[in-house]
Amino acid sequence: MLTAILAVASNNFWMPERSASTVSGDVDGLYNFVYYLSLFFFLLITFLLVVFIIKYRHKEGEGERESAAGHSTALELTWTIIPTVLVLVIFYYGFRGFLDMMVEPPNSYEVMVNGKTWNWTFTYEGQYVSDDGKLHIPVNTPIRFVLSSNDVIHSLFMPAFRVKKDVVPGRYNRFWVEATEVGESDIYCAEYCGKGHSQMLTHVVVHSKEDFARWFENMKDWTRTKSPLVAGEQMYHTRGCEQCHSVDGRQGTGPTWKDMFGNQIQLAGGGTVVADENYIRESILYPNAKIHQGFPNPSPMPSFLGQLNDNDIMALISYMKSISVHFKGDLAPFKQLLKPGATSGPTTAATTTQPAGGGGGGGNAAGAGTKR
Amino acid sequence: MSANIGAIPITTDRAPEQPGHGGDNYLTHDKGIMSWLFTLDHKRIGVMYMVVVCLAFALGGTFAVLLRTMLLHPAAHDAPGAQDSYNFYNHVFTLHGAVMVFMFIIPAIPAVLGNFVLPMMLGAKDVAFPRLNLLSFHIYVLGAIFFTYVLLSGVLHAAFGINMPGGWGLDTGWTFYTPYSSSTSQGAVAVATLGAFILGFSSILTGVNFIATLHMLRPKGMTWFRMPLFLWALYATSLIQILATPVLAITLLLLTAERVLGVGIFDPKLGGDPVLYQHFFWFYSHPAVYIMILPGMGVISEIVSTFSRRHIFGYNFIAISSVAIALLGFIVWGHHLFVSGQSPMANSIFSLLTFSVAIPSAIKVFNWTATLYKADIRLKTPFLYAAGFIMLFTVGGLTGLFLGSLSVDIHLTDTYFVVAHFHYVMVGSMLFAFLGGMYYWWPKMFGRMYHENTGRIAAAIIFVGFNLTFFPQFIMGSRGMPRRYASYPIQFVSFHHASTMGAYTMGVGLTLAAFNLLHALKRGKPAPANPWGGNTLEWRTPSPPPHDNFKETPVAGDPYDLHGWKQLPGKDEWVLVKEEHRTVDGPPHDPTAAPSPTTH
Repeated sequence: MLTAILAVASNNFWMPERSASTVSGDVDGLYNFVYYLSLFFFLLITFLLVVFIIKYRHKEGEGERESAAGHSTALELTWTIIPTVLVLVIFYYGFRGFLDMMVEPPNSYEVMVNGKTWNWTFTYEGQYVSDDGKLHIPVNTPIRFVLSSNDVIHSLFMPAFRVKKDVVPGRYNRFWVEATEVGESDIYCAEYCGKGHSQMLTHVVVHSKEDFARWFENMKDWTRTKSPLVAGEQMYHTRGCEQCHSVDGRQGTGPTWKDMFGNQIQLAGGGTVVADENYIRESILYPNAKIHQGFPNPSPMPSFLGQLNDNDIMALISYMKSISVHFKGDLAPFKQLLKPGATSGPTTAATTTQPAGGGGGGGNAAGAGTKR
Repeated sequence: MSANIGAIPITTDRAPEQPGHGGDNYLTHDKGIMSWLFTLDHKRIGVMYMVVVCLAFALGGTFAVLLRTMLLHPAAHDAPGAQDSYNFYNHVFTLHGAVMVFMFIIPAIPAVLGNFVLPMMLGAKDVAFPRLNLLSFHIYVLGAIFFTYVLLSGVLHAAFGINMPGGWGLDTGWTFYTPYSSSTSQGAVAVATLGAFILGFSSILTGVNFIATLHMLRPKGMTWFRMPLFLWALYATSLIQILATPVLAITLLLLTAERVLGVGIFDPKLGGDPVLYQHFFWFYSHPAVYIMILPGMGVISEIVSTFSRRHIFGYNFIAISSVAIALLGFIVWGHHLFVSGQSPMANSIFSLLTFSVAIPSAIKVFNWTATLYKADIRLKTPFLYAAGFIMLFTVGGLTGLFLGSLSVDIHLTDTYFVVAHFHYVMVGSMLFAFLGGMYYWWPKMFGRMYHENTGRIAAAIIFVGFNLTFFPQFIMGSRGMPRRYASYPIQFVSFHHASTMGAYTMGVGLTLAAFNLLHALKRGKPAPANPWGGNTLEWRTPSPPPHDNFKETPVAGDPYDLHGWKQLPGKDEWVLVKEEHRTVDGPPHDPTAAPSPTTH
């Protein structure tokens, strides 16, 4: 019985499998201390309750029992003082662990984290955005996170590291963490942020320092080294577009991208607009400027102003063109750059439906892609 | 004193009061629907509260079952219809939380049991301000209709695309955090806060009424420290209600000012701070947590003493701890904001203060347990709920220690661990106390006995179902499962299965418990004046009580001196053999020993 309880109580049972930061050991230690203490008091109360109920149960025909004392100052003081001391001990260790989390080591490596509905972006050295939407960090290096939100409150939660911090619009929250093991684990959004809250997930990948340096060099300029089309499709997945916009014709929270480019769009409040480069750019930067009829007004879409540069926007537009029958240009030169086997359903659809012929759109995208 | 019930002949100068069946009682005193809707009788108001509160519970409970069903399987975001189902889920959990908190848990015990029992425990005819009491009920109904409309219109829209006029709808969770709540559907946060405030205003009126009643209408012989503990609990609760609820009004005013005048208060776009809203919200809602649990603790004190046939142990400590919890409850709200960016200094102070609440809570648990020592326990349904309460409240309280300690809370906050913790306190404790209280006072309210074994079985099913629902949530929470997730990572699926099965089990148990009470209304055996042998004054008048409660104003003694009451052999009926018998050790404050410092 006791061994069963101990097995159940062991750290692996209660806490996330991985305990992979400099503070996670302390947190688990305090958790276990409180756990055993609680278990003791729970079993004590339950034991007394059950024993008293069995022993002092009323039996038919039995005379009245001699009454026990109704009050005992000594007992009251005992069960006031002992819990007081115990909770002070718990407070002290919790406080100390918390201070360790608060005091940031010097020379930590900074990653800027931006949360928006419903996607995380991780920016390194002030300009390079993680290309696969995951957080990559080197092992045994203190990382300082600066958190910002574009819209509502989110919370960056990394269970394997036992850390969490709210991402609050209008202020920069900070925390730091130092990973102690190489490996990949979950990142959750822990503050309710709407429809896609439970999909605001990604991973933290802890590399050895050498691997991290290699990853960083490869990633650094990815929107410039890849073709706009490839970059656009990748950004569709990693920058949160796919949370609301489908590419297969289903209408989600936002309009589908399939066959959107070049199409006539009915606006809420009357009027139409052709979904050209200008319209799309405007909608990405100022989502409320023109609202597509039949979709929420005001738009729940966060503004990407300052989040996506012109380069990124052109890449996204190229991707939209590739999946629209209304686009009359030719993207063929870029399609050859697509890796075989990559998710190419939409692009092949574009190939078969597009009449061949030179077009300004394609050239435009090419220009943006090769500039700088 | 050891007397054998069989040995002494039951001859009393006061014949046991006859049950009020057929005779004039508060249920038969006036006829017609208007005599109910506009009654000034606290008992009828209590019964009407019971009907509306139980409807609210049924609504919130149905949605709990619905959301647990939706969580049986995680839906991938690219599955057909997944987006709509997430939206629907968000409306459902918001409705469940908001209805349960504002329409059920907060008013349940004070407004239903408090209204019915408080004046009778004082031997009084009514509360101090009967008209205010009726107004409070009308405001509650108005608030309940408004709040339900706001919430249901959103659910209907999410599920069927029905646009209700005004169609607000809330998908914000019961905490209405800005800026999410101000950015989705128009002005949802102001409407929701208005709804919560209307409901809160009704509880202010009840609180004022109870405080005045307890100050003015205590009978001869009832000093402060001879008040039944349920009344101490209601007194502490009322203090919180009148002090904390106005903060909701301030919040509402600020939200309106922000919206109408464009002053930046909570909205970061206008230069406001969304975390400020959390401070305001919890400055009301954390004390409100104690509004929810304190009356339950009072009910348990009554039940534990009556059914163990024993003077409650440590009366003074239990009484004072209620007031201590009420006061300390005001200064711990910041523990909801440990990861919000609140300063480390504030976090540390709030953590320390939070632990202080653990002490009076622990004192109560130890005293209830000690009351059972050398007792003569009757395992009736109310006592089973009380025993369940003690165990579940112990779990709920102890898991609070994890959340109070700063470093551990950083990991646990906003996970299912928190969900499990507060359900152990809100459902495991408060709901158990409410059900225990309903079964305890049901014979008094309606003059009918419920079926004992059915009641026991229902209590056992609810206990098992409850633990099956919420214990797995501790495990998945500490393993990292965030709360308010419409879908979830696959490693948590077995815990969610168990939890959903538990919810179904609980649903069956609750239905049985409710059926048992309703069945008793028509088919139950007539209840005597005192079916349990309690010594608080409400047991000294027939069941159901007459319109004026008492034929003659009773004189109060020690409410827990149960030795004067003897059970009639083989019956659920107790009669007063000897007035004012003193136990060997005496009551905690023997008024004959020294003049009491606080006289009524």
